[in-house]
Amino acid sequence: MTSQNLARTIEQAREAALEELRGLTGEEGLEEWRVRYLGRRGRLTAALRSLGTLAQEERRVVGAQANQAKALLEESLAQARRRVRESRIAGLAQEERIDVTRPGRPVAMGRFHPLTRILREICDAFESMGFQVVEGPEVEWDRYNFEMLNIPRDHPARDMWNTLWIDQEDDEGRQSMLLRTHTSPMQARTMERVKPPVRVIVPGKCYRYEATDATHEWHFYQVEGLAVDEGITLANLKGTLYEFARRLFGAERKVRFRCDYFPFVEPGVEMAIDCFACEGAGCRICREAGWIEILGAGMVHPKVLEGVGYDPAVHTGFAFGMGPERIAMLKYGIEDIRLFYSNDLRFLRQF
Amino acid sequence: MRVPISWLKEFVDIEVPVEELAHRLTMAGLEVGEVITTGGWENCFVGHVERVEPHPNAQRLTLCAVATGAGVQQVVCGAPNVAAGQKIAFARVGATLIDGRTGRPSRLKAAKIRGVVSEGMICSEKELGLGEDHDGILTLPQDAPVGTPLDDYMGDQALDLEPTPNRADWLSVLGVAYEAAALTGARAREPEALYPEEGLPISAHISVSIQDPDLCPRYTASLIKGIAVGPSPRWLRERLERCGVRPINNVVDVTNYVMLEYGQPLHAFDYETLLKGRILVRRAYTGETMETLDGVVRALDSSHLVIADDRDARALGGIVGGMDSGISEGTTDVLLESASFNPANNRQTAQAFRLRTEATARFEKGLRPGLTAPALRRATQLIHQVAGGTVAKGIVDVYPGRREPEAILLTSARMKKVLGVGYPREQVEEVLDALGFRSQREGDSDLRVTPPYWRSDVTIEDDLVEEAARIIGYDAIPTQMMATPLPALERQEMRDFREEARDLLVRSGLQEVISYSAVSLDALREAGAAGDGAGLLKVANPMSREYQYMRPTLRASLLQTLASNLARQTESVGIFEIGRVYLKRPKGLPEEPETAAGLLYGPRAKEGWLGDAGHYDFYDAKGVVEAALEQMGAAASFQPGADDFFHPGKTASITVNGAAVGVVGEVHPVVQERFQIDGGPVAFFEMRLDRLLAALPQGKRPLKSLARYPSSIRDISILVDSDVPAAKVQAVIEGRPLVERAVLFDAYEGKEAPPGRVSLAYRIYFQAANRTLSSEEVNRDLAKVVRLLEREAGASLRGGETTAG
Repeated sequence: MTSQNLARTIEQAREAALEELRGLTGEEGLEEWRVRYLGRRGRLTAALRSLGTLAQEERRVVGAQANQAKALLEESLAQARRRVRESRIAGLAQEERIDVTRPGRPVAMGRFHPLTRILREICDAFESMGFQVVEGPEVEWDRYNFEMLNIPRDHPARDMWNTLWIDQEDDEGRQSMLLRTHTSPMQARTMERVKPPVRVIVPGKCYRYEATDATHEWHFYQVEGLAVDEGITLANLKGTLYEFARRLFGAERKVRFRCDYFPFVEPGVEMAIDCFACEGAGCRICREAGWIEILGAGMVHPKVLEGVGYDPAVHTGFAFGMGPERIAMLKYGIEDIRLFYSNDLRFLRQF
Repeated sequence: MRVPISWLKEFVDIEVPVEELAHRLTMAGLEVGEVITTGGWENCFVGHVERVEPHPNAQRLTLCAVATGAGVQQVVCGAPNVAAGQKIAFARVGATLIDGRTGRPSRLKAAKIRGVVSEGMICSEKELGLGEDHDGILTLPQDAPVGTPLDDYMGDQALDLEPTPNRADWLSVLGVAYEAAALTGARAREPEALYPEEGLPISAHISVSIQDPDLCPRYTASLIKGIAVGPSPRWLRERLERCGVRPINNVVDVTNYVMLEYGQPLHAFDYETLLKGRILVRRAYTGETMETLDGVVRALDSSHLVIADDRDARALGGIVGGMDSGISEGTTDVLLESASFNPANNRQTAQAFRLRTEATARFEKGLRPGLTAPALRRATQLIHQVAGGTVAKGIVDVYPGRREPEAILLTSARMKKVLGVGYPREQVEEVLDALGFRSQREGDSDLRVTPPYWRSDVTIEDDLVEEAARIIGYDAIPTQMMATPLPALERQEMRDFREEARDLLVRSGLQEVISYSAVSLDALREAGAAGDGAGLLKVANPMSREYQYMRPTLRASLLQTLASNLARQTESVGIFEIGRVYLKRPKGLPEEPETAAGLLYGPRAKEGWLGDAGHYDFYDAKGVVEAALEQMGAAASFQPGADDFFHPGKTASITVNGAAVGVVGEVHPVVQERFQIDGGPVAFFEMRLDRLLAALPQGKRPLKSLARYPSSIRDISILVDSDVPAAKVQAVIEGRPLVERAVLFDAYEGKEAPPGRVSLAYRIYFQAANRTLSSEEVNRDLAKVVRLLEREAGASLRGGETTAG
């Protein structure tokens, strides 16, 4: 090829390229254009490759022309790319609009059972006050469930715990295996195992032979607490449980302690909080009382301490027990206790 | 227990409003459920019927002139029993009365009845809300003062009490009176029981002996001869009715009255029916029978205590009387019994015969023998008063179980130790005195205290501490955090691990459920988990057959939960439960291992516009298990399993460090059918958390150092026989030192693959810790991988080419 021909070829390629480039609007077209002119087998690249056939002087002149053309095309491509990009960005709202009101892609979210949540909340509150969580058997001996708690056989207080018995006799031929009616057996089990100081909280399932309705279940959880040491007083019971009530139900709650009876404590205590629904004025939730009973408590009965080998003249302690279902019902506004174990997903998915 | 305020006021002056009294009682431990008001009769007064004349225009009506204390008013009256001279309840215009026909309250308006103006009304019981009687007007006693507002004359309030089981004395008006006295700064007084005695001493008429003093420590009795059995006077009937007790006759009513007043149950025998005037308190003979008052013939044995005459059992001691020794219309001589019975035996017998009576409710709580005599004298006095007769001299008092009440030392030190606060001794003395305790000072600050005869619940010093604390009020005790040392921390590994598992399963997208721990035998059978039943822990008295067996597995409950939710039109279910199962042991308490199980059923994606993501299957359940185990640091292996609960071709046992920890699979179609679950597979897993925890590597998990050099990626596609497990192929590939990991990214079995062969495609990541691998190195190693696969897994390279990535 002559130098003139080559120069013309370069010139034509340049003009054609610039002409073509003006009409391009898409990134893909630009890339194709680049390959066509500036790629390894592109028109301009081919022309440049032919430079080698020219004499040195001609090569210098045409080479300069070719390099100019290449630089121009590269610069024009960069410009065109900027133009295309700017126009694409300017057009995003129109061109790439989606319907943002359609539902998102579903994610499978697992959820905890509301009782798990409340149990954790209760345990956390006490753990932060130095209590340790322990658990015990649900199938228990009469001895731990009753006798060691100062509730002998034929004690009328047994009426407070209607019992589900296991169909299995002990060595003496007595039916003494039962489903624990409360988590209190862990009081004796814990104190038998360790020496004071004791500070434990016992969550767990309990069972009672009881007709079910919106507020009664035969199968339920309880959280028991026990603190024993030299110098533990009823004032400490009040302090600890007051703090608990505030943590669970809010710092503005008022707390009421009244006398109540449980055979394994003396003195016995019942704690209520002022109704958070009506602020104590009386409503359906507190059954017009203004107060909501939250838990039973008291100072561990000397006979219970003696039974586990503690000296009640030295060690004193307090114990308490509460129903997490009831607390969950109050906190979440659940009106029927049976919802907890019916496992209706429409209910559970709300927590 | 209902206690009318009017009755209470006989024994204690109450200076605070009833609502305040109710509040104080509640705070001190005696819960007042409700204050029930009798009255609220505005504009009603005691009236006197001066004259009764016929109504000029109506045959059935009369015109009555009623003195009301504010003049005489004319009333048109329709009652057949109205008569001049009666004292009646007069309602003025403006009074609100119960409408005799509708039963609803309505306001009385001035009216002309058949042309005559009526200025008020003479009320029936029903109109005053006192009862159902609307046949005639209520007549008042002749001494009722005319013009007194009816509320003042006969209005009352009653406390509806919910006594705790330790306080037998709270089942009595007197017991509540002492309580009220202590809480209001008053003093209670007991009724005087004075009556004339005549003739021979009682011992001439009756002899009593107690054969079993352990069951009956004290027996007292009195004899009243020549009485007339009949209805009780109005005041007595009214009192009983206000306490919810139905009046029967004057003698029985008095025994009930005194039981309510003192808390001591009494029994009245028809003296004439007792053979030879002898009473023997003894255990029943084996084979002995007795017809009780309710008409049931009871077979007795030596565990039952009877009150017998010279020959037969005439009453079940402290529970119920015999059919033909009781008070009848013709009874003239009454032997009145007031005795003390063993609480446990009383309770056992009452429970055995299903005879929980008002008497047993008191005896089972343990009544002090000291209560018998005062109650007996009070009842004797009242029978003499309302039924006449003469009282034999003295009382029978057989008391073989006499035990003088022991005084209890109450120290101020103990008070402070238990309560965290001390009270001045005078204040404690005051409380105890008002409650009826006797106390003597001892030393500088202590008291020696004797409980009153009606308190059986106070036996130790801390009982006295409670008395002081509850009467002074728990509000007076400070609120203090504990300042004692914390116990040494004991890690609760199982609990921590279980809660971690719960977190992991929730994080994998499953909903937690909690089911009843007991299930039916049918459900266990359907889940194939019943065995022959003998290995199951059975509840002797279950709530229902539904909950008869403690679950040995979570399988039945979870499938039931799935089925019940499908019935509620839930499409897609992913649930898990972590809870105990109960495994019977030949001796002792059962094992209660923590178990985690879950299932996935239905479409993976919720229905929606983004299209179908297929149905949950085996690999979803396995994915959950793998993710959880990996997070726990467990290297698990899965081997084809054999468990009848699962689809025989789609189940794997899960092994961690050689220990079998669980299973995963699709539920067997037959099991699924039994639970009425159709429409797709149920992917299910179950793991014993106790075994898993034990199998986990101990100690800290070593941290892998992060790669500093890039990895090279190669994809291979091979064909192996269908029965070659992918796990084996994977193991071969990952066995090469330069292979960091391999991912199975495609598996195909079907038309495109040769019969009996499956195509597996792996992406292999090559990496070295100390350098960037050259392409040649990687390709050399890949070639070795392929050769190994050919040799050890019978693999052939598919298409014979590897792709560089």
